[in-house]
Amino acid sequence: MFLEVKGLKKYFPLSGRRVLRAVDDVSFSIRRGETMGLVGESGCGKTTLGRTIIGLYPPTDGEILLEGRSITRLKGREAYALTKDIQMIFQDPYASLNPRMTVSDIIAEGLDLHGMYKNAARQQRVFELLHMVGMLPEHASRFPHEFSGGQRQRIGIARALAVEPRLIICDEPISALDVSIQAQVINLLQKLQQELGLTYLFIAHDLAVVEHISTRIGVMYLGALVELGEAHALMANPLHPYTRALLSAVPFADPDASRARKRIRLAGEVPSPVSVTQGCKFQTRCPYCTEECTRSMPPMRQAGPDHAIACFHAEAVG
Amino acid sequence: MSTVNLNKPLSKPLLRIEDLRVCFDTYAGTVQAVRGVDLDLRPGEVLAIVGESGCGKSVTAQAVMQLNPSPPARVESGRILMDGQDLLALTDRQMRQIRGREISMIFQDPMTSLNPTARIGRQIEESILQHRRVSRAEARARAVETLGLVGIANPQARMRQYPYEFSGGMRQRVMIAMALVCSPKILIADEPTTALDVTIQSQIIDLLLDLRKKLGTTILIITHDMGVVADIADRVAVMYAGLIVEQGTVRELFYQPRHPYTAGLLNSIPRMNQRKTALVPIEGNPPDLLHPPAGCPFAGRCGRCMRICAESMPDKTQLTGEHFVRCWLEHEYAPGREASRVP
Repeated sequence: MFLEVKGLKKYFPLSGRRVLRAVDDVSFSIRRGETMGLVGESGCGKTTLGRTIIGLYPPTDGEILLEGRSITRLKGREAYALTKDIQMIFQDPYASLNPRMTVSDIIAEGLDLHGMYKNAARQQRVFELLHMVGMLPEHASRFPHEFSGGQRQRIGIARALAVEPRLIICDEPISALDVSIQAQVINLLQKLQQELGLTYLFIAHDLAVVEHISTRIGVMYLGALVELGEAHALMANPLHPYTRALLSAVPFADPDASRARKRIRLAGEVPSPVSVTQGCKFQTRCPYCTEECTRSMPPMRQAGPDHAIACFHAEAVG
Repeated sequence: MSTVNLNKPLSKPLLRIEDLRVCFDTYAGTVQAVRGVDLDLRPGEVLAIVGESGCGKSVTAQAVMQLNPSPPARVESGRILMDGQDLLALTDRQMRQIRGREISMIFQDPMTSLNPTARIGRQIEESILQHRRVSRAEARARAVETLGLVGIANPQARMRQYPYEFSGGMRQRVMIAMALVCSPKILIADEPTTALDVTIQSQIIDLLLDLRKKLGTTILIITHDMGVVADIADRVAVMYAGLIVEQGTVRELFYQPRHPYTAGLLNSIPRMNQRKTALVPIEGNPPDLLHPPAGCPFAGRCGRCMRICAESMPDKTQLTGEHFVRCWLEHEYAPGREASRVP
């Protein structure tokens, strides 16, 4: 396995001994060269999970392995070196580029920090990266404010690629972009993956986009992974009651079919991740909840080839 | 699904926008945000304006309410007619009587639209007392009733809470309650579900459609989300670079899009449960409205661009009773016009 995440927890302490369980016992693995999509509604912990993997947050518990080597609690030189292996692309291309730096300096910052490509080679590398993301050499000396959202996201992608990482965590990389620009960036990410053999962890809330780009998809709810499987199989045949409700809520650009779709309406809203609960995270809104569900969290179990769920009753749901 | 019966004479519009032009004076020059929009809003319908950021859809909606900050915004020309009255000619005082009572508006982010330091109940009562000569007790009763109507459980108790005690979806319900409390004829919803999660988004769409049925409210919805449009709209206007480039019933727009921009937009969205085919993006970026092009604004990104497209702006070509498009390809002398028709 390329990346393995085992029992990862990230709790944030709050005032008065309360604890926010942002990521609560998540396990999954990613194969080399694939795209693992991570979906869930706001506050489900998908961004925290990404940031914990890259080491921006120290995990509360659990293990992260990159090609069998633990990268869980690296310090100093080792932590520094890890940023060459894993890079990140952020949601907001307006907030994630330093407005006082030229495009060239933004892209080459990682190169400078790691002492890669010095002098003339550095310039050459910046041009090469700009070309890879579909921009021109003359863009190198400009500043971020001179570019549109889509172009800025391309600059962010070039920056992530500069140090030749193997894993890129894409945290909502297209949600801030206009519809007509989103497809440009998706196609670019797919092209780069093929050319460079990259592995992606793709975090997003847009289910159609995630299905399009991912080989496998994980669905998160309230800090836990509730369903995990091959992308098309999971989307065509969701098994967890939450995934089913989530998918049924998505409208699509076909008025007759969209209006005719059968929707599963969930009662209430997502509970707070602060309140301590026993049992299944989804119990308060699940129409199939039984006493068993309130006693213990259902473990992840195999429900088909490359398809796993954390639910006691998924078979009865059909 | 409601469709427009073409044999029946079209009902008189409730609101008519005629040749609206709005520009913004900035240090860099004049940005022509809305460049001649005509739009009819008919009683009881849901009309969607769809387009990307900067296309002028919000500016159009805010011009109706006269909420564009002026300066820098300036209405260059146009009329906005309601009951034979031009709203643009009204005084500020008269306009205040229209807002909330005749036309109400809800926004994308319900948190910034609510006063964080006042109880929800007080904020709703406020909008009633602005417009109706009623006692505070009567206003309170009406506020409770409206909160119940928009699906807020236990409205009596929630009246005493502050905005931070509500979730995003509930805040949007409060905003809708506040907008509807004086029974306006028109509700303008500017990206009402964009800040919400999909499960909450579908609840809010249901609520808006339910309120239209119960109260007969006419809804003008502004959005960039084609899925939301497909679910909620009767008619759709597609805006690009300050112009309506295509307009028609929701089925015409989605099943027979005729403007290359509309078609491109629909092609560039990934669909669920479809095996992988590469997405077809629209290359390039929208034009800079500081210097709008003389010809069709989409010409630079259009795969079927002809020489005339860059030189002059096409007029509207009426395709059916409802459906029109602004594109040279649909002009009656355009080469291969018949061949390009989708059966």
